[in-house]
Amino acid sequence: MPLTVTMPQLGESVTEGTIARWLKQPGDAIAKYESIAEVITDKVNAEIPAPADGVMAQVIAPEGTVVPVGQPICSIETSVDASAPAAPSGPEAGVASASAQAEPSATATPPAMSPPQTAQPALSGASAAPQAPTEQSAPGTPEPGAGELAASAQRRGSDDGRPSPSQASAEQASAGQGSDGQASSEQAATRQASDGQAADGNGSAAGYHLTPAVRMLVREHGVDLRELTGSGLGGRITKKDVLEYVQRRDAGSVPQRTPAGASAPATAPAMSPAQMPQPAPSVVPAPAPAPASPAPASVAASITPGEGDTVVPLSQVRRSIAEHMVRSRQTSPHAYVMVEVDMSAVSRIRDREKAAFEQRHGVKLTFLPFVARAVIEALQRFPTLNASWSDAGIVLKRDINLGIAVALEDNLIVPVVRNADRLSIIGLATTMADLGARARSNHLKLDEIQGGTFTLNNTGALGAVMTQAIINQPQAAILTMDMVVKRPVVVGDAIAIRPVMNLGLSFDHRINDGLPATRFITTVQQLLESLDPSGTLV
Amino acid sequence: MAVQTYIEAIHDGIREEMQRDERVMILGEDVGKKGGVFGVTEGLQKEFGEWRVLDSPLAESMIVGVAIGAAMNGMRPIAEIQFQDFIMPAVDQIISEAAKMRYRSNGDWNVPVVVRSPFGGGVHGALYHSQSIEAIFAHIPGLRVVVPSTPYDAKGMIIAAIRCPDPVLYFEHKRAYRAIKGEVPEGDYTVPLDRATTVREGTDIAVFSYGMMVHTALEAVDRLAADGFSCEVTDLRSLRPIDREAIVTSASKCGKVLIVQEANLAVSVASEVAAIIAEDCFDRLDAPVMRIGGPEIPAMPYSPPLEKFYLTTPDKVEAKLRELAAY
Amino acid sequence: MAITKTETKARAGLDAETLRLMYRHMLRSRLLDERLWVLNRQGRAPFWISGEGHEAVQVAFGMNLRPMHDWVAPYYRDLALTLVLGMTPKDHLLSVLQRADDPNSGGRQMPAHYGCRRLNIISTGSPVGTQLLHAAGLALASRIRGEDAVTFTSIGEGGTSEGDFHEALNFAAIHKLAVIFVVENNGFAISVPWQKQMPTQDVADHAKGYGIPGVIVDGCDAIACYRVAREAVKRARRGDGPTLVEAKVLRLTSHSSDDDQRRYRSAEDLEAQKERDSLLRFKATLEELGVLHPGDAEEMRAELLIELDRATDEAEAAPLPSPDTAMRNVYADEGA
Repeated sequence: MPLTVTMPQLGESVTEGTIARWLKQPGDAIAKYESIAEVITDKVNAEIPAPADGVMAQVIAPEGTVVPVGQPICSIETSVDASAPAAPSGPEAGVASASAQAEPSATATPPAMSPPQTAQPALSGASAAPQAPTEQSAPGTPEPGAGELAASAQRRGSDDGRPSPSQASAEQASAGQGSDGQASSEQAATRQASDGQAADGNGSAAGYHLTPAVRMLVREHGVDLRELTGSGLGGRITKKDVLEYVQRRDAGSVPQRTPAGASAPATAPAMSPAQMPQPAPSVVPAPAPAPASPAPASVAASITPGEGDTVVPLSQVRRSIAEHMVRSRQTSPHAYVMVEVDMSAVSRIRDREKAAFEQRHGVKLTFLPFVARAVIEALQRFPTLNASWSDAGIVLKRDINLGIAVALEDNLIVPVVRNADRLSIIGLATTMADLGARARSNHLKLDEIQGGTFTLNNTGALGAVMTQAIINQPQAAILTMDMVVKRPVVVGDAIAIRPVMNLGLSFDHRINDGLPATRFITTVQQLLESLDPSGTLV
Repeated sequence: MAVQTYIEAIHDGIREEMQRDERVMILGEDVGKKGGVFGVTEGLQKEFGEWRVLDSPLAESMIVGVAIGAAMNGMRPIAEIQFQDFIMPAVDQIISEAAKMRYRSNGDWNVPVVVRSPFGGGVHGALYHSQSIEAIFAHIPGLRVVVPSTPYDAKGMIIAAIRCPDPVLYFEHKRAYRAIKGEVPEGDYTVPLDRATTVREGTDIAVFSYGMMVHTALEAVDRLAADGFSCEVTDLRSLRPIDREAIVTSASKCGKVLIVQEANLAVSVASEVAAIIAEDCFDRLDAPVMRIGGPEIPAMPYSPPLEKFYLTTPDKVEAKLRELAAY
Repeated sequence: MAITKTETKARAGLDAETLRLMYRHMLRSRLLDERLWVLNRQGRAPFWISGEGHEAVQVAFGMNLRPMHDWVAPYYRDLALTLVLGMTPKDHLLSVLQRADDPNSGGRQMPAHYGCRRLNIISTGSPVGTQLLHAAGLALASRIRGEDAVTFTSIGEGGTSEGDFHEALNFAAIHKLAVIFVVENNGFAISVPWQKQMPTQDVADHAKGYGIPGVIVDGCDAIACYRVAREAVKRARRGDGPTLVEAKVLRLTSHSSDDDQRRYRSAEDLEAQKERDSLLRFKATLEELGVLHPGDAEEMRAELLIELDRATDEAEAAPLPSPDTAMRNVYADEGA
């Protein structure tokens, strides 16, 4: 019966061979092991021995052809029922990999300090949270913010074995805006992203998150997070907090709920869907929500749903936002001043530069970085707008950490550009784009949502022309920038069409009177209007 | 029970086993007449003769290679490498040969050799008398790597190592030799070669360490205890195989973890412990897993301020623990 | 028929039976070796590294050692030696065909990584020269226990550049251990010729530096090899210490199946060495001495081929190792 001979593998890593010469022709007798052909490969030149006794039947690969390993080269008519040569033994016999290693951990989400609360358009407000950490961290625990753990939520092990000196302040800005329901976002980039972005359902007090241990204990013991006070870094609810609470609760001594201020933030921890697959409510077991309610809830309790009405359960986010807004209003006497800004110069620069900018930096050039830059310069001249109220005195912040509001479907986040005064317009643009993207994907680090000293809200991105925001506590003011719209304006005695943008400042009248506030905002206006349109982008 | 130093315990363990088992022999530089540069084998050549306590030429590959051959022909050799820093020429024999002999012969041959060597710093040893490179060997299947931290463990583990049918790398922290004392029972006992041990129970932070660093960690842990923090300290003892169960149990119990070592931090034993915890304790973690170890410089320098910069000290460990406690 | 004194001297006092046996051992190794090449060229065995041209000195030593009593730390060309000591063609075929029952390693190592506990052949790995230190250790243990076992170890001339070669000679010489170091010098370390490997022509020169005898022998002269081997083994067994034997042999094949020596050796050189093949020479000598009659060699060959063919078939039918066994024998108590 006919036997097909294939090209053998002559040398490791050899994949093909060339038939140099046939030593047997069809009809020639062949003895087993006798050479039948000469073959050339990269590594060796060799003769191929016959696999069996017989007669050469057919030459399949003529002299000079290149044949891949395993492909037929000739056939032999054998006298015996010979089996084909064994397949080249190879690694397929192989070694099994043995032990199953542990499965990769289920969640890849870093403990992103899930974007803290959200206040309405534009801000992530950590409501009472800002105060919470500072109040609660005091007793007995070392100063929060020291060392590398504080510096970033996604700490990697320190490879230099030394604590890093970075400080993270436990402050959190919170703010809310009037209830227009506008969600502002960072210009174009945000607009694009928010289209496809699913709701985070985040709610949280500023600056902390739930570690796996805490989540597990909360689930196991059926704990309502709003009942808890965080004693960890930045107001974090620690495992110990949960265990102590459970112990007290089971012993029958759960503390009463305190008024909105102190405990509210503690009850609004972040639980992003990325971290917990279940919708937020399922984490809070049924009985729990009832007893706990801050002021807003008590107001709500007095409203009875009528027939046909739908009651939308309050999510953690919603409660959190509500608490923050109320508290901010109760804390700061809000006053407002507005100016119109002629954005011609900015427009011209932007139009000229935007294509090249996008190509070089991969992000769109919007109006936002121009305004941010002007705001920063103005803050440098008017430090009382970059400050906080305290009974000991008005605290003028050394750093300018500019919060830029990002609106998501059900949440508001204010990522903070730390030390924004060190950034150029290009730096501001790229940094803000990056923060915005990571805010939407829930990958912000702890120090990126903490420590803001002033907030800028791009309410114009979604089309508003005039807005009044609620201050992000404990800051001194918040600035909205509304839509750039072409309007007829008077120039000299003629009418011209100019791109005009409204800037709206809400300020805490305890810290600043109208004079400095107005000077501040008009400075921003002048800085924007006096940009050299032929200047280069820096 | 007598109180002994770490070095006395090792010495006694070797001596008693040599009395019990005539197959046990020692070879290395200066082990015979001098009794070892630290004195670990003091008096043994006198007692057991020159063939069983053999002063070797200055050739590390030879020391281990000959030990391997003798082990395959019925002996139980203890090969001493004078300083772990000098083990490099012997790495081929250790990793290519000893580690793989049983596997490559499919169980036909084995190598019951102990390779002992002092390691670690803080003794003004500078770059080549202070290294901690045990991680290189902890990476290799077929080897066992152990580091005792107390005299009790030192004696029990050297006896177990000698009796073990597979190659054991037994690393002794040179600073522990005379600095660490403890109770050591008389006579024959062993300590398992693959188990960690809890040296301090606690609840808030799980601390893992080995060698001299166990003592450093305990000092820092005591300071925190005074402030009301309860840390659990586990002495790994065995770097390969590593006691996965003990690690997972302690880390899960506490939720916060600090791994303390003297060796360079990157790609180290601490890295492996952290990975195990990340895989198996994820849901129990209340803070990121932290490690503390040597900086990214090749070894410990000579001058005191530079040496101190490198060393993992109780102060540094305490600072790290406090950070974790506050998290 | 009477054997003259000259003849006696020529055959080193060996009787006909021993001489025939020696030839048979060499032929058996050569036939197996050739078969393994064929299997490789057929694509059935991915790798082979040969001992063709080395047979005489290996057989000489193999016949002077006491199997299962003396110790052997061989190197990868020692096919003939292992056969003399008691390994079989089937054993080697199982190894080359990567089968589970390969006695050397259960299919875990490449071919020619010899090892067999039953025969006191220690397992060898790929790093070159490490086995020499093991040999010194084996001999040290024999010495400590006062036994008369000797240790044989071998290496190519390339391996003598490794540090372990020198450390082993040094140590064995210091303590007068019963080790015989045999360097099978075939002139090439893969493609690197001896001129690039060492500053002098003879490896045996090193012996002087270590205070031990260095003996050079024509590795293609079977009887001369036997004489040298006998003497070296006696010396060792007497307690007179190590000997360094350098056998000048031929590498009749390329370094391995992955190498083609025609790319770096001249055709003339390769042709010329074929004429010095120890097998041819020994056959001629034995026919001259009347130890082999016409047709004897061919008859031996035919017999050996039957054994070989059966061994080949059996080995090819044997199973490959199961992946379930991959984790075994890393440590004790994990065996099959």
